[in-house]
Amino acid sequence: MDPTTLQSTGETLKWLLTIAWLLPLFGFVVEIFGGWWGGRHSKSAAYLAVACIVTGFICSFSALITWGCSNHWAALQGHGDSHATESHDANSTEPSHQVDAHGEHAKDEHAKTDKHGHGETAHSESSDAEGHDTAAHPAAEIPRSQLIYTGLFYRLARFGSLDISLSYYIDSLTLVMFTMVTFIASCIHLFAIGYMADELTDNYEDHQVHTSHGHLHRPGRFYRFFAFLSLFSFSMLGLVLAGNIFQVFIFWELVGVCSYFLIGFYTERQSASNAANKAFIMNRVGDFGFLIGLMIIWTWFGTFQFGDVAVGKGGSVQPGLFSMARGSDGQLRLHIPESGVTEVVFKNKDNHIETDGNGEQRTIPYYLLIAAGLGVFGGCIGKSAQFPLQTWLPDAMEGPTPVSALVHSATMVAAGVYLVGRFYPMFTPEVLLAIAYTGCITLFLAATIAVVATDIKKVLAYSTISQLGYMMLGLGLGGWAAGLFHLITHAFFKSLMFLASGSVIHGCHHVQEMPQMGGLRRKMPFTAYTMLIGVIAISGLAVPYWTLWGEPIAFSGYHSKDAVVATALTFSKLNGHPLVFFIPLCGAGITAFYMFRLWFYTFAGKPRDHHVYDHAHESPWIIVLPLCVLSIFAMFCAFGGENGILYKLLLASEPIALANGSVPTADQVTAGLMNISLSSHEQIHANHAQAGLLALVVAFSGAFAAYVCYGARWINTSEIKVQFAGLPRFLVNMWGFDELYDIMFVRPSHVVAGWCSAFDRKVFDGFLHGCANAALKVSAWDRQFDETIVDGAVNAVGNWTNSLGRSLSVVQTGRMRNYVMFIAVGLLGVFAALIAFFPST
Amino acid sequence: MDLNCSLFVGAVLFVAGVVCMATKRNGIGVLMGVELVLNAANLNFVAFANYTRLGLDGQVFSLFVIVLAAAEAAVALAIALSFYNNHLTIDVDKANQLQG
Repeated sequence: MDPTTLQSTGETLKWLLTIAWLLPLFGFVVEIFGGWWGGRHSKSAAYLAVACIVTGFICSFSALITWGCSNHWAALQGHGDSHATESHDANSTEPSHQVDAHGEHAKDEHAKTDKHGHGETAHSESSDAEGHDTAAHPAAEIPRSQLIYTGLFYRLARFGSLDISLSYYIDSLTLVMFTMVTFIASCIHLFAIGYMADELTDNYEDHQVHTSHGHLHRPGRFYRFFAFLSLFSFSMLGLVLAGNIFQVFIFWELVGVCSYFLIGFYTERQSASNAANKAFIMNRVGDFGFLIGLMIIWTWFGTFQFGDVAVGKGGSVQPGLFSMARGSDGQLRLHIPESGVTEVVFKNKDNHIETDGNGEQRTIPYYLLIAAGLGVFGGCIGKSAQFPLQTWLPDAMEGPTPVSALVHSATMVAAGVYLVGRFYPMFTPEVLLAIAYTGCITLFLAATIAVVATDIKKVLAYSTISQLGYMMLGLGLGGWAAGLFHLITHAFFKSLMFLASGSVIHGCHHVQEMPQMGGLRRKMPFTAYTMLIGVIAISGLAVPYWTLWGEPIAFSGYHSKDAVVATALTFSKLNGHPLVFFIPLCGAGITAFYMFRLWFYTFAGKPRDHHVYDHAHESPWIIVLPLCVLSIFAMFCAFGGENGILYKLLLASEPIALANGSVPTADQVTAGLMNISLSSHEQIHANHAQAGLLALVVAFSGAFAAYVCYGARWINTSEIKVQFAGLPRFLVNMWGFDELYDIMFVRPSHVVAGWCSAFDRKVFDGFLHGCANAALKVSAWDRQFDETIVDGAVNAVGNWTNSLGRSLSVVQTGRMRNYVMFIAVGLLGVFAALIAFFPST
Repeated sequence: MDLNCSLFVGAVLFVAGVVCMATKRNGIGVLMGVELVLNAANLNFVAFANYTRLGLDGQVFSLFVIVLAAAEAAVALAIALSFYNNHLTIDVDKANQLQG
């Protein structure tokens, strides 16, 4: 491939993604201002939002196809082939077979796009053809750096060598995320038109807010909801497109503030406003770590750019963060001084050592690199609701259900996982282990709580936290593509399930408690069976030993969860750490249990609350349609598993040299660093069958247990609850985390705040009041002085002048003859005086 | 005849004028008193011109005084007429509106 073609492809991708990114912002501006004159009954805001996001999806999907057509399918295939040849003994799949699978998938995708009428058939066909063509020339390996397009939109500021800029970083991960986010957001926008229709009124009655005059009445906020949905999509897309860590941070905060608006959408409800505050504040805790990480990076690396950027016209290249840390061989180069701390030497993309102006090699102390990684991961903990900041996400279910689906399953919480994936080259093995254990704890914690939750959305919320734990675990254990694979598949089936639960809530007139439901599949069949697809997908069930065209008969969750579990098994075989394998394995069983419990509780059995059941109805088509579309993707988006196109696409962006695994280098051993080997692809592949089988057995037993307890009801669960009274209460209390935080943070802050306010009232207020009183006294004296002395003196002069004038006025008789007399007498007086005083003259 | 005789006549005239101004209630009488006083001053000017080295200056001054007296008489008569139009009398004791 010649450079000009690559460049023009890069330009095309840039513009397509920029359009997809900025359209929702345009939509937001028009909706938020147009909402006033559009009226409360108009759906125009919704149509505009849908138009923006669907156009965004078309642009993103075209970008994905463009990326593929410009020979990168060959890169995918080459990647797979080289992988296959490296692992010829372990990998029983022949290259030709992979080509077949690829072809099948492309056709399948073709069929899907036909169904949705997205008009991308031509692209699909061409991609199909490309796939076959290039498969014939697997030798066309493309250098990795050419798969990444970076560039600058706009420079915001420049401090010395540090640029604060808006830039982009496009690789296949960006493209897949764009397509996924815009697609799911499109479905959710459509769903929300139906779900939020009761806001299309001037007088919305909120049944959950009680005022002294009965329920609260307020104007509907239909347009505002869609405006925030658009802003949210814009922020998320900006985060994915961002080419530097600072831009990520900007959009990170925008995503946070949008979630704040949307969680607190029913702002009059105390619970909703509390939940919004909680989500925002807990995210701030994580973001504090993020900021620390940013500062370390700024100080030591002097750049925020992910990729290498060309500086000026001379073609000189300033290395980005990834090149500096990892070079082109993907290894951290350590410098161990005789005394002092171990340092990491910066490299450029040709793997040469970076030097500063004096020819000294530029380095960062190893422990600071760990701190930076942990700091950035701290942000991810907050955003992706990982232990110990997981408690905000269940509360965030106070928002309308489309918000839960968009913000809390597919996009916002995905941002944390995405950032871990994007920032992967900067994480040292120690940080990765921390990530893995965080994920491990989170997935177990949340899964156990989900077992006892009775609110249908809360079950899904805990399930989300648990699945995010899986992703973090996969990423932390070196299964980069596995973790992100699970992110994508999870986004599809979890948004499906959230929307289905929204449909249930809509159909049951805002009843969310599962004990009041039951038997609903007879009333709302579409919702029930699309939900069942989601449940099977997330549980990772498959038909064992049977294959269809060489592929296991399974939905998307099976493939991605298997990938994570296989990574975990390989890691624990290499390094010990048995927990990181057994906990996700148990988690798989618990996941199947609570998901089937949800389905049986809601849709199977006999109706438990006849009032709810009698009034339940299937939702309108605009709610059901997105469910059907998403269910197709939940089934097939991971088709082909690790040979499928989605996994291959992700693999094309995998950080350098991760595929071959790593063992601790001599340097690392000398420096006394943590002794961790990352598993290579072929090692994982070797363990795949074993891990998959174990996970499948566990998942089936979980599902069976759910059937026993809640489907067939052979076991009375209430008796179990009575027998182990403590445990369910412990779990219902969410492991006591809310109480723990209450005791650890909330109450101490209340106490300290009490002290502060007492200090304020006693000391500050006392002082201020004293000052004010003294000023009053002084001014009273001043007034006295003014009124008596100053005014008295002035008045006395005035009065004296007045009385003098009055007494002198007697002289003015007005009689002319008197005046003549005065003149004469006066003249005589003057003469007399003259004679008296000057007698000599 | 010498300067003192002339000054004596002037003084008599002056006193007669002042007494006339002070005693007459008729506005025209008062005006006549004023004329007497002015002419007493004229007589002094002329006498000093004649008997001292004042020379022609004294006579010029007396001419000025005569002209001024004519002007003053015209104004005063106009005031008297106006006063008579308003009050049907020229008794100066009735003209006491400037009383303080």
